[in-house]
Amino acid sequence: MSKMHVKLNVNGQEVEGLAEPRTLLIHFLRENLNITGPHIGCETSHCGACTVDLNGKSVKSCTVFVAQANGSDVTTVEGLTNDDGSLGVIQEMFREHHGLQCGFCTPGMITRAHRLLQENPNPTEEEVRFGMAGNLCRCTGYQNIVKAILASADMMNAQKEAAE
Amino acid sequence: MIPAGFEYHRPADIASALSLLQTHGDEARVIAGGHSLIPMMKLRMADLSHLIDLQDIDGLKGITIAEDIVSIGAMTTQNELITNDELSRRIPILREAALLIADPQVRYVGTVGGNVANGDPGNDMPGLMQCLGAVYTLEGPDGSRAVAARDFYEAAYFTAREDEEILTQITIPVPSMSGYAYEKQKRKIGDYATAAAAVMVGGGNASVAMTNLSDTPIYSAEASDALAKGDVDGCVAAALDAIDPQEDMRGPIAFKKHVAEVILRRAIAKAQERAA
Repeated sequence: MSKMHVKLNVNGQEVEGLAEPRTLLIHFLRENLNITGPHIGCETSHCGACTVDLNGKSVKSCTVFVAQANGSDVTTVEGLTNDDGSLGVIQEMFREHHGLQCGFCTPGMITRAHRLLQENPNPTEEEVRFGMAGNLCRCTGYQNIVKAILASADMMNAQKEAAE
Repeated sequence: MIPAGFEYHRPADIASALSLLQTHGDEARVIAGGHSLIPMMKLRMADLSHLIDLQDIDGLKGITIAEDIVSIGAMTTQNELITNDELSRRIPILREAALLIADPQVRYVGTVGGNVANGDPGNDMPGLMQCLGAVYTLEGPDGSRAVAARDFYEAAYFTAREDEEILTQITIPVPSMSGYAYEKQKRKIGDYATAAAAVMVGGGNASVAMTNLSDTPIYSAEASDALAKGDVDGCVAAALDAIDPQEDMRGPIAFKKHVAEVILRRAIAKAQERAA
């Protein structure tokens, strides 16, 4: 099968490459672009470790062909740092509240939490748990992940208020 | 898990998509959200050499709400359905059911059209559409035709849709019944139902359909009639008589029938309470 020309905007950068249409977005990100934040966990759309933001929606990049994503905006966990390269709010709150142990699920967790908080800046604990239901963690028992996301919401709202 | 290679097409309108389907015959498949098809392609259980992506066809998108009828474009995602407040005000059972499908990431991508067209007995929308008396529009080389959801499903993955047709729209009459409930028993987030039931009731009418308890969704006119008369036990007996669950990893037949009854009774009670 012939390769196709793929153009994406990843974390604010225009990128291009050649790939077979059957290439999954996760493989294109990791292998062609060396963006290894999104992880390959189950590869069966269950675990959410490969979650990226695709045109403002959280998607499992193991279940999207790069051909389908062609022309899209993609944000990965690498794109959620501050402009100076320091940890972004959600990343910092995951660190502070120990929202990870082995860290494998963390890029997907943080990328999903980012979209959740964009859509719902003041979630209840229940809304966080429901909104994070597509991301599995086998270490933490979720408790500190939920804490980190609720703390992120508070921090982001406080920053927004201070800026106004 | 890498699927076999294919040629990728992204037509801009429905005519081009239909023409690609005609040209490539059974070597071609259309892809909507792809969250059923791509896993099957990875497992090499779906065999195709031309993939026709419908994402650029504007005519397949959007929700139109008129006085007594709602039209949902096939490429409408579950998330778009959930977040449409006007739709949820008019037909709240749609949101209630859609929130029980898969997980947030899948609902952003998975479409209503894909869910009803695929013919997977585990999908929730087919039973719901049968309960609501929805009609599907199929576009083919000879024009379009309408098929009732209650007549669409023939067996697992076999439907009234011809290979050269595309399901483009779902039309739902706004129900006069004010009581509604979609209840689903699943083992975990993201799982298909062990048993699920869609119930509408009110004003002397009722409609009852069940999901993943046979190789097609099961709408039961007998169960609906019994519930319309207020005969809950008669409704449950008729529905349990209409289903034909098979043993699988979700449990043996007797267990599934038991869960079906529990879920149906819950859905009836909730729908009746809401109708009151």
